[in-house]
Amino acid sequence: MSGFREEDPRINSIRTKIRVVPNFPKQGIDFLDITTLLLDPKVFKNTIDMFVERYKNKNISVVAGIEARGFIFGPPIALAIGAKFVPLRKPRKLPGEVISEEYTLEYGSDCLEMHVGAVQHSDRALVVDDLVATGGTLCAAMNLLERAGAEVVECACVIELPALKGRERLNGKPLYILVEYHS
Amino acid sequence: MASENVEDQIQKISSVIRVIPDFPKPGIMFQDISTLLLDPKAFKDSIDLFVERYKDRNISVVAGIEARGFIFGPPIALAIGAKFVPMRKPGKLPGAVIREEYPLEYGKDIMEMHVGAVNAGERAIVVDDLIATGGTLRAALNLLESVGVEVVECACLIELPELK
Repeated sequence: MSGFREEDPRINSIRTKIRVVPNFPKQGIDFLDITTLLLDPKVFKNTIDMFVERYKNKNISVVAGIEARGFIFGPPIALAIGAKFVPLRKPRKLPGEVISEEYTLEYGSDCLEMHVGAVQHSDRALVVDDLVATGGTLCAAMNLLERAGAEVVECACVIELPALKGRERLNGKPLYILVEYHS
Repeated sequence: MASENVEDQIQKISSVIRVIPDFPKPGIMFQDISTLLLDPKAFKDSIDLFVERYKDRNISVVAGIEARGFIFGPPIALAIGAKFVPMRKPGKLPGAVIREEYPLEYGKDIMEMHVGAVNAGERAIVVDDLIATGGTLRAALNLLESVGVEVVECACLIELPELK
């Protein structure tokens, strides 16, 4: 079930609308910029539609979006499939009581938080972000949802960087992506 | 099924926004929209109310302010066929940017927008979850107007009128 949709005619325009910005945030890194995709209403809509088509009949009750670019793709998907939207945020942004999950970065660590009570045991959840690289953030997101008792059905991203092997950090959870980027 | 009027929808939206006292510091009553997002119908109604207002006004740009403006802006943009332009904290946007400094209660902050995201003559709305002092909205307005965009309106779910 994991994979990406090379054969769908909408994929090509999605891929070409993503801008590669070299040497950001530092030398040697090619940054995959989705803001140019958002400037094309038809292509942005196609992106959302591809996720909605995949998830609308899967009884997904929660779409969890990772701050901040997951906040752009997650809510339109949630609205279309009738699910709740749950923002997963950097520390100290969410005002209520939270649970936190620490995760490792290339240098040091970071933390992702979710409001207590946002999800329940019966919830079936999707995790959404714009891009999966090492998978560290997605893994932290899945852990938060599972600690709160929800079932993570799948992770969904617009872009994957397969060279960084993020798929392997997902504990066997399926990952659905639209475009791969090979440097 | 009884039809719901706008007042009922707004009442419902208001009732699912959670107030958190003393966040981020003592004396502040924080208006938390995350509970609205947990109610799919109320969330959808809030978007639909904005879409109804803007759909026939030739709006080609919806600018959303990081980060909660990213939650409400894109669904509105998608529904009215406009582009979505994220207005971000410094250092987040990877391409060439223009920036606007704006005052905070203590100190200053900076807002950035990508060069080339918008064109002169476009009609825009600016979206955020809440307006307090208006400093952030003002910064977004300034950025857009500096490149010749006409900002038709600012749209927020919540206003704190006492902060003017």
